[in-house]
Amino acid sequence: MAYTGGMANSRNTRNKSGSTSRRTFLAAGGLAALALGAGGAWYRATHRQTPHGFALDGEARAALHAIAPAILDGALAHDPGRRQRQLGAAIDAVEAAIRGLPQATQEEVQDLFGLLALRPARRLLTGVPTGWESADLAHVSAFLQEWRVHRLKLMRSAYGALHDLVLGAWYAQPASWEAIGYPGPPRVPA
Amino acid sequence: MTARIPDPIEAGLKRGWRTIDASTLEHDRTLEADVVIVGSGAGGAISAEILARSGLSVIVVEEGPLKSSRDFQMREAEAYPQLYQESAARKTADKAINILQGRAVGGSTTVNWTSSFRTPQPTLDWWRDHHGLAFASNDELAPWFAMAERRTGVVDWLVGPNENNAILRRGAEKLGISSAAIRRNVQGCWNLGYCGMGCPTNAKQSMLVTSIPAALDNGATLITRARAERLRLRGQKAEELVCSALGADGVLPSGRELRLRARHFVVAGGAINTPALLLRSQAPDPSGQLGKRTFLHPTVISAAFYEKRVEGWAGAPQSVYSDHFLSRDPIDGPMGYMLETPPVHPLMAATMMSGFGEQHAAAMRDFAHLGGMLALLRDGFHDESPGGAVRLRSDGSGELDYELNDYLWDGARRALLSMAEIQFAAGARTVQPAHEKAQRYRSWAEARREIAALPQRAHVTRVVSAHAMGGCAMSGDERRGVVDPAGRYRGLANVSVHDGSLFPTSLGANPQLTIYAITARLASGLAANLTGRPAAALA
Repeated sequence: MAYTGGMANSRNTRNKSGSTSRRTFLAAGGLAALALGAGGAWYRATHRQTPHGFALDGEARAALHAIAPAILDGALAHDPGRRQRQLGAAIDAVEAAIRGLPQATQEEVQDLFGLLALRPARRLLTGVPTGWESADLAHVSAFLQEWRVHRLKLMRSAYGALHDLVLGAWYAQPASWEAIGYPGPPRVPA
Repeated sequence: MTARIPDPIEAGLKRGWRTIDASTLEHDRTLEADVVIVGSGAGGAISAEILARSGLSVIVVEEGPLKSSRDFQMREAEAYPQLYQESAARKTADKAINILQGRAVGGSTTVNWTSSFRTPQPTLDWWRDHHGLAFASNDELAPWFAMAERRTGVVDWLVGPNENNAILRRGAEKLGISSAAIRRNVQGCWNLGYCGMGCPTNAKQSMLVTSIPAALDNGATLITRARAERLRLRGQKAEELVCSALGADGVLPSGRELRLRARHFVVAGGAINTPALLLRSQAPDPSGQLGKRTFLHPTVISAAFYEKRVEGWAGAPQSVYSDHFLSRDPIDGPMGYMLETPPVHPLMAATMMSGFGEQHAAAMRDFAHLGGMLALLRDGFHDESPGGAVRLRSDGSGELDYELNDYLWDGARRALLSMAEIQFAAGARTVQPAHEKAQRYRSWAEARREIAALPQRAHVTRVVSAHAMGGCAMSGDERRGVVDPAGRYRGLANVSVHDGSLFPTSLGANPQLTIYAITARLASGLAANLTGRPAAALA
């Protein structure tokens, strides 16, 4: 039931959640693509990347800190202290995964987070009204649901990147395996 | 203490193999050989063994690292960044298809799931009739298949399938759909289920433990962590291959450069990378087909949950297939598809599973009961299946632009229906196609109704590929083929292409054995041509 419920419920409740302005902007189409490019260019111009390490900082890192708990909701611990430690580890793992991607892809990921770090773009594309530090889970989940089946390919692919990066990093960690009944790889004498 | 598993790479290095890890270079280097081979996968390694045994000096250059059984720890977090192109997250230009390709010594053969098929007869017939490839017949190719099967230890897999594969066999049987066992290139397989992360016991007879060691024992030089940037051309000839050394991270260039000079160059970087190298080199393209007609076997996925534990991570990952839906219609009719199963490991399963938050977590809690099924769509045989085109990004790296069109979506929808029906017939409690709008269906009747109505769109339907093919099509007709039937690049006198990029269409079966057999034939012709003597055979 849990799994089938998600889509239908969010579709029914979304229009009642006071997000009309967001939906209006999302309907504006090409602007979103423009903003994604501009956000990335701005981020890259103001954040010089060290030659050997993709790293998120400031508002971009805060965006990931706000988005990851929505994607991992149901897998993260309820205890606040444990939850924070788990999130920290997952976000470090996301950054490590990004550093394993080719340079061109790293720049695309940086474009995405650069966009999310820009206040007007955040408001218009995600509908998250406050800064990422104080974004609530419901707002974040709502924009992810929209991006997931958005009519623009670019937004769907941005959702796909967040989905794969965060869930991939989470389930790569042995600490996540007990909850899903995976015993880990067998022992082979080597 | 248990006996240690013998490591043929470690042993070879002790014997004095010539290898250069380019990430350790402190100066630029220039090397020379009779033949320089780009890529150490199925095509490159087979070519290296034949050319080296035939007495030619050979350099093999590989972008990935040299890893061996003791490095293969069966952990996705290590294996994907280490052994796959783009950390196993390579994607088409619009990100709608995730492409798995190896990037390590042995190429994709180091990480494939061991499925060993001879090229299906209808595909060979099509190549002969439509692409001017006279050699594309069973009679002509049988000895090459036999040689490749001997070399890579292809056997009938007599161990019972794991539950994930038994489901495909059982469900198909209930519905009167034919299925059969997949032959595998293994010797003394432990049936662990981690083929995709590098075989930890060296049972898989990949290029890493067969032809690469043979080439090195015959004097070849292996250069790893070096990216082939461009062939320097003069007139109709390639003079040298310029490579950039990668840093220890294997991602960014270190600044060191290698120049490799040779009489002849064999490009075997796999589909996508091979055409990209030729495009960067501004190679002549008289047919206008370089990089075009790149095929993927676009693959759709159906998950199902069973009462009984499936434990899809354990046991030979791919041991049962059904080609029923390839043979039902003419090859150039509605898109056909091959049914197989994937291994089920946490990272890959979690990223393939649609949705997020509690709904995703709930599905993952049923991980041990999850069975996966794949449908590989056979592309390239219909006017509306032109494949994709490789192009260069602004930084010179290659990427594939592949449009998912209505013809393909029709096949995807039928494939999702077939898989759901088989999964319910095999006893699934619920079935969920990998699709953003799909739900967990509770009966075949519900699934049939709902799947038929699902919108099929890029990103909304999850599409993956483990078989990149084409882009340097081989053809007897010079207007249609980048490469001639001898594997020679048209427009360059001393360049050959020996990998899956040669295929003029997809195959309708997993490609490793086809690449082995065809490149063994081409490399033997090349060796004879360069030495004036008959070529040596593979071991």
